[in-house]
Amino acid sequence: MSLPLHVKGSPRALPSTEASFLWRKLSEHRTALWRTASIGLFFLVWEIAGRVPISFAFPTFLETLRAFLTMLFNGAFVAAYAQTLQPLVIGIAISAVVGVGVGIVMGLSRFAEWLVAPVFIVLQAAPMAALIPLITFVYGIGLMAKTLAVIMLALPVIALNGYKAVRNANPSLVAMCVSFQGTRWQRITKIIIPDASPVIFAGLRLGLAAGFIGVILAELLITPTGIGDLITYHRSVADYPEMYAAVVSIILVSTLTLAALEAFELRVLRPEKRRT
Amino acid sequence: MRNITAQATAAATRLAGSDVAVEVRGISKLYSEVEALRAIDLDFPRGKLTTLLGPSGCGKTTLLKIIAGLIPATAGEIRVNGQVVTGPGPERAFVFQDFALMPWATVMRNVAFGLELKGMGRDERQAIAAKYIAEVGLTGFESKYPHELSGGMRQRVGLARAFAVNADVLLLDEPFSAVDEQNRRKFQEDLLSLVEKEKKTFIFVTHSIEEAVYCSDRIVILSRRPGRISQIIEPEIDRSASPDAIRRDQSYLDTVEEIWQGLKRYVD
Amino acid sequence: MKLFGYRVPMMASLIVWCAIWELVGRSGALFLIPPLSDVLVAAVALVQTGTWQAAAITTLNSFLVGMALAILVGVAIGVLMGRSVAADNLLGIWVNIFVSAPLSALVPVLMILFGMGETTVVVTVFLFAVWIIVLDTRAGIQGVPPSLIEMGRSYGASRFALYFRIILLSALPEILAGIRLGVIRGVKGVVIGQLLVSILGYGELFELYSRNFDMENFWALTIILFAAAMLLSGLIESLEKRVDYYAGVR
Ligand SMILES: Nc1ncnc2c1ncn2[C@@H]1O[C@H](COP(=O)(O)OP(=O)(O)OP(=O)(O)O)[C@@H](O)[C@H]1O
Ligand SMILES: [Mg+2]
Repeated sequence: MSLPLHVKGSPRALPSTEASFLWRKLSEHRTALWRTASIGLFFLVWEIAGRVPISFAFPTFLETLRAFLTMLFNGAFVAAYAQTLQPLVIGIAISAVVGVGVGIVMGLSRFAEWLVAPVFIVLQAAPMAALIPLITFVYGIGLMAKTLAVIMLALPVIALNGYKAVRNANPSLVAMCVSFQGTRWQRITKIIIPDASPVIFAGLRLGLAAGFIGVILAELLITPTGIGDLITYHRSVADYPEMYAAVVSIILVSTLTLAALEAFELRVLRPEKRRT
Repeated sequence: MRNITAQATAAATRLAGSDVAVEVRGISKLYSEVEALRAIDLDFPRGKLTTLLGPSGCGKTTLLKIIAGLIPATAGEIRVNGQVVTGPGPERAFVFQDFALMPWATVMRNVAFGLELKGMGRDERQAIAAKYIAEVGLTGFESKYPHELSGGMRQRVGLARAFAVNADVLLLDEPFSAVDEQNRRKFQEDLLSLVEKEKKTFIFVTHSIEEAVYCSDRIVILSRRPGRISQIIEPEIDRSASPDAIRRDQSYLDTVEEIWQGLKRYVD
Repeated sequence: MKLFGYRVPMMASLIVWCAIWELVGRSGALFLIPPLSDVLVAAVALVQTGTWQAAAITTLNSFLVGMALAILVGVAIGVLMGRSVAADNLLGIWVNIFVSAPLSALVPVLMILFGMGETTVVVTVFLFAVWIIVLDTRAGIQGVPPSLIEMGRSYGASRFALYFRIILLSALPEILAGIRLGVIRGVKGVVIGQLLVSILGYGELFELYSRNFDMENFWALTIILFAAAMLLSGLIESLEKRVDYYAGVR
């Protein structure tokens, strides 16, 4: 976030050059400073709330941090994430290939749009989670079931974004390509898909976020494995710091993954948004 | 200034004997309900810059896109170099009002894009593109992206792209409307020298009377929708004079005034 | 799409899919998928039972309370972030984290904090819906043209009038868009919350029917739920269209 900030007190008010140098340094790192302050404040509030305590099941921040570090180094997280991330990666990969493909076809062909888009519109707006209990019947409680849960939640949003991106490809660029006698194939590969790729990519990010929800839900509801099992287990034995640490870890992992994807998108797909 | 009045239009729109690049014959256009153009007959002389001028929504863009082969006419036909137009062709190139530059491509790739589509090899097309980048005054900006350029520079890229495919006829739809006034003047002057140098036929759409008179060999004034030809004017201005002298020239000012008197009744 | 010169409405293809569903169901190839007609019959019978009505009321209640909270809090925080740089900087990261975090992982925590009851579901709905409302409200508030605010000031608008007559109204299109997205997420929240708590409302019925392989009722439940979700988002969309006209001319 690079929002223009109101400078409190003009730099000229500072008498010595040393102070103004300090001020310049500070304002250079202003975003980072705000971020640190924001995170620090959050943890402080958490710590205080835990010390009050607002509930017997609400550990302090430091207790949670200690549990987090312990689980990080004793291999508990590694084992759990090995189980959680596998179906997530497979599910997202399948959803990405199928979703982007179907999305592009829907965007290019009026017939495909008419036939398929409404289904995805319904699936995206509807609470697909309701269908997760059904998966167990067909695919038991293994990797397949979890992968399917991920696909069910991730595929609709990926396909719809691909479709919207292609359908809304800049008409003036398409006209430009036509005016230079580009073939239909050139039009699709050289104009429509590159123009649509930022939105397609945003769809992948949304799909990944939905996939995280799906895999956790599957682990909590149908197959007690991975990080979901870590949460359920520590809850059942009232190890609240460990339980909170597991919850925090999954939020952290998903946030970092999404941020990395966004950074990749900025670097590769959007020269117009890159800072030079 | 030569004013070919409305009564004489039928005869004068066809340039007997002289070299004609684009012939418009009985073009009409209906957009479902809206009648945009009605029975347009017009000739565009080769190597000259002809401007289409008219009230907003009178069908200027429509006519230009029909000539480009981007949209089909409801009736009538277009001939370019004697050949009937059925779609976009290599002898015509379009310059877009909103530039239509690919934001993910550098200036070099944008300029060479028409050649890339033709399947020309990389080195060859880049050499050609470099020549036209220099011609429009963008040397040094080859590896910049469109968002790093000003509006005027972006349209220079659009112009270079159209030059690069070496078309005979250049179609420009309000190329300067998204360019600020000062850059616009500079650009107009540069355009005139390019017209001089490239010896191509330019068909130019604009809203600005001054721009039309300053740049054009011929001005075709369209009436309000449905667009028909209401006047054709040839501002006979001595282009060897300096740009500033032209803008103060009495015949230039008279022509601007005359066109304004004609167009005034269309303004609501 | 056009067929023989007639425009076929987009959603009409759902009829095709329903027909396919019916055929697959009739063929009996998948025991999970009973014929659509049977499901519809089951749905009609289901809505007349007291169990369903009680479940629907519980679910609706949790959803409405959670959504009301999310809208109130979300708009308030959004306005705060839109108008105050400090608040924006302090809260921005967290809102952006939670808007795309896997909140389903938080539900077990809510269950121990708020018990295995409706409160947990209400909080789940709130947490699913609130962040997107905050983000869209913030964007709407930041998009209010400064000249409009200056206009209000120069005509002597009080602080109250400035916020309620100018700023909030001007940002209304974005706020409504945020609420629509929030509602879609809230519906998912209520379902996920009830599924995990599993002794409440719709979640309990889903549990029950899927455990007993009662596929007609399971799908009847799903169809009613999906239809309600679509109806709700369609309703807000039509509301949005009524204010959209001024989004362009602000
Ligand atoms: N795709 C379309 N469908 C329906 N009507 C259209 C379409 N494109 C243009 N029109 C209508 O046709 C008429 C002529 O449009 P056109 O864009 O050619 O006008 P113009 O002279 O270029 O106007 P401007 O000076 O505003 O650029 C307008 O009234 C416009 O509303
Ligand atoms: Mg136009």
